[in-house]
Amino acid sequence: MLEGLEASFRRTCPAVEHASLRWHRESRNVAHVRNDVLEPWMRGDEAGVLVTVRDGGGAGYAATSDLSDAGLAEAFRRAQGWAARTRGRSIQAEVPLPTPVEGSYEGPAEQPFTRVAPAELIDRLRQSCAEMTVDPSIVDRHASLEHVDVETLLLDSAGMRVHQRYEVTIPFAVAVAHVAGDSQVRTLGGRGHARQGGLEVLERILPPGRARRVADEARELLAAPMCPEQTCDVVLAPDQMILQIHESIGHPLELDRILGDERNYAGTSFVTLDMFGTYRYGSELLDVTFDPDVHGQVASYAFDDDGTPAKRQWLIRKGILERGLGGAASQARSGVPGVANARACAWNRPPIDRMANLNLEPGTSSFDELVGAVEDGVYMETNCSWSIDDARNKFQFGCEMGRRIRDGKLAELVRKPNYRGISATFWRNLAGVGDASTREVLGTPNCGKGEPNQMVRVGHASPACHFRDIAVFGGA
Amino acid sequence: MSDRTDSARTWWEGLARAAFSGLQAGERLDVYYAGESSDFARFNAGRVRQGGTVEQNRVSLSLSCGARQASSAIDLAGQLDADTLRVRQEVAALRALVPALPEDPWLLLADGEPDTVREVTGRPDDPGDVLDLVVGSAPAGADVVGIYAAGTVRRAFASSTGQRNWHEVASSHLDWSAHRQDARDRAVKKDLAGPSFDASAFERKAGEVARELEVLARPAHKVAPGRYRAWLGPAALHEWMQMLAWGGFGLKAQRTKQSPLLRMLEGDARFGTDVHLEEHVEGALAPAFQGDGFARPARVPLVTAGAPAGALVSPRSSREFGVPHTGASDAERPEALTMAGGSLAPDDVLGSLGTGLYVGNLWYLNFSDRMACRATGMTRFATFWVEGGEIVAPVDTMRFDETAYHMLGDNLVAIGSDVETLADGSTYGARSTDVWRLPGVLVEDYALTL
Repeated sequence: MLEGLEASFRRTCPAVEHASLRWHRESRNVAHVRNDVLEPWMRGDEAGVLVTVRDGGGAGYAATSDLSDAGLAEAFRRAQGWAARTRGRSIQAEVPLPTPVEGSYEGPAEQPFTRVAPAELIDRLRQSCAEMTVDPSIVDRHASLEHVDVETLLLDSAGMRVHQRYEVTIPFAVAVAHVAGDSQVRTLGGRGHARQGGLEVLERILPPGRARRVADEARELLAAPMCPEQTCDVVLAPDQMILQIHESIGHPLELDRILGDERNYAGTSFVTLDMFGTYRYGSELLDVTFDPDVHGQVASYAFDDDGTPAKRQWLIRKGILERGLGGAASQARSGVPGVANARACAWNRPPIDRMANLNLEPGTSSFDELVGAVEDGVYMETNCSWSIDDARNKFQFGCEMGRRIRDGKLAELVRKPNYRGISATFWRNLAGVGDASTREVLGTPNCGKGEPNQMVRVGHASPACHFRDIAVFGGA
Repeated sequence: MSDRTDSARTWWEGLARAAFSGLQAGERLDVYYAGESSDFARFNAGRVRQGGTVEQNRVSLSLSCGARQASSAIDLAGQLDADTLRVRQEVAALRALVPALPEDPWLLLADGEPDTVREVTGRPDDPGDVLDLVVGSAPAGADVVGIYAAGTVRRAFASSTGQRNWHEVASSHLDWSAHRQDARDRAVKKDLAGPSFDASAFERKAGEVARELEVLARPAHKVAPGRYRAWLGPAALHEWMQMLAWGGFGLKAQRTKQSPLLRMLEGDARFGTDVHLEEHVEGALAPAFQGDGFARPARVPLVTAGAPAGALVSPRSSREFGVPHTGASDAERPEALTMAGGSLAPDDVLGSLGTGLYVGNLWYLNFSDRMACRATGMTRFATFWVEGGEIVAPVDTMRFDETAYHMLGDNLVAIGSDVETLADGSTYGARSTDVWRLPGVLVEDYALTL
């Protein structure tokens, strides 16, 4: 199929300064058991191409699922129309053309999804769902698995050819416990545990027996006291750290936000271009990398969707801001060093600056040492609420589960733990970074941004971390 | 739909006939179509960041054998011969899958639902003309930033039982903001939606932008965390209602105790008696049928006189909970939420506010306590400090943390008489057809926290 598409591209590519074609296919299967009943099995095969044209000082794109010669020719005609329409006022037409490269990427899949019979997978999910029947207070139980087979091909008129393929697997278990006017939801997987790989991801995240703990914790939270309102130390688990990194490091460092492209929708940034190279973003313990080469992390790749080769880069080292999250176009516009992160969510959207794998590097403290450094504080797990201003500065986040820390030891559960702060000062209160034994490689399938809107998968790996003097509070 | 085909509807009808012709005994096939021909142009500071066209034909096939069903969503070319082949391949894949599935006790298939046709045409925009007008519209010292999205949106349903539904609407949506170059976070947001781009309406709104940017030039009024009398305009209330719609009105969330309105449903809280909410699809941009072919009633009362009056019920929840469905999608989320206007005339808003906050927009809400219907979020774009019924200064971005029961209950002072039509500019995967109609609200003791 790809050979035929390449031949069609060569036949239909117009004689312009530069043209490209990006084919993007996502084949999806979703199996979802709710309260022991399988919901209708969902398949999907979403595929098409986005062609681009740069010519005469203008630039445009056109997306279509018609891959015939006539379909591609029509798409190129439309893209040329946009290039003419934007002549003299196109930002895209003024950034450097990509350097032609050839390459490929193949993601890991120890147990390819296609090797498992649907009936076997359904039984497996039913088992997890049934495990959550621990108590009459559990009123809703879900066990699901989403698997996506992603394949892209990028060609351009200068000879570029980049082929990439990987599988993504997202297990999810949810238990809802309810009694006397209050409900507590506990989850595992889903929002925070997207990984590249096949069914081995299901076995790692949601092995037999693991779902029961999800339900037990939801039930136990019903009886827990409310999280106290106080300013104190917090220790954040990796599945909350990824949200903290995402919202208050990832988005603020996106160069297109700093350049103002997102001012009408996703917002701006408290970071300005003059801060790169000198700004103290956090304490000396803060080390953050863009790392597209972590085995199994959900946004690992060899090239971004502009065809820029991807490699590990330091964004923040010893607390100092070094580099932004911007692809070749944003780097040219801003004059700030960036990374290979021009990404599109699907065949019908053009690439923009996105997070990919954005990781907080491990420190030297064991989990016990992190907790041991806290006299009176709160430990929080699993994000459930996120809100931050459009400059990515004033934030308020909530977690599913909290636990008091007293005299350096984990103590009783607390429910509805929330905390708020300001990005520009929060990271300077980073007082302890967990070592590799506390690190988890996680990722979310739902990062939204862009006009038209795009939802992409992003990876975050983080150890547990300790912060001082944080405003903590509970529910109403 | 490609220009090379006769029309989208002809293609669709041919595709449905071809898809159903190969079915085997005992099989039923339902097909839902979500297509669009869209022009998108995003712009920043007088220049076009990206501009292009998307031609999209996504078809969802649901094959049922008795109480077993599997579905598949595929993208098609818009060319009947090639698409017929592709649909038959996918039906064959579903045919292989269905026997492996257990019977589904909650499966409810459309039966006896009406055939419908709705076509709303508009004069096609010339995107170049729109860009000429919009991209260069920034007043001196300001940037305009935003997105223009226009073209035809199509939804359709066809069943092997014979049911046919077609919905095709032309829409043009300009969603933009103007930002002062001399001060970060000083911006005005507007939108303009209709079947076609309305240049004279744009000129009027551009004039409003210029006037509001002048006010934003004044030094900011510092607001400390605390409780304030506040006017939340329709766009701000829209953000709040998006939170309530996240499980608030759906039967499944209500019955599984996850609705943020649970306290109201259990009689422990209520909104003010002037608060009336309903799903009102009649005449809306959203189709009058949902993805499984069920018709949607013109109106579904949700809150009447401040108390629960109904829920959005999908066919699946209907089976599970033994309640008649309301033609809701599986998400059981409003697509045409309407709140009744009150008595506060637009010209009286500032005077009635007296001293306090005039909030045009809110941003990035999320629950800080879902069960208490308490949410946090930010002010964004034009938010002003008002004294003596006059706007005196802009207010820098502030965080709030408040419950809907205070805002629409104990602390509700008045509801605006003007009900604004708010077209959803969301384009995740496809252009949204949601249109909500909401007034603004004047509230006491609105809690700012950071």
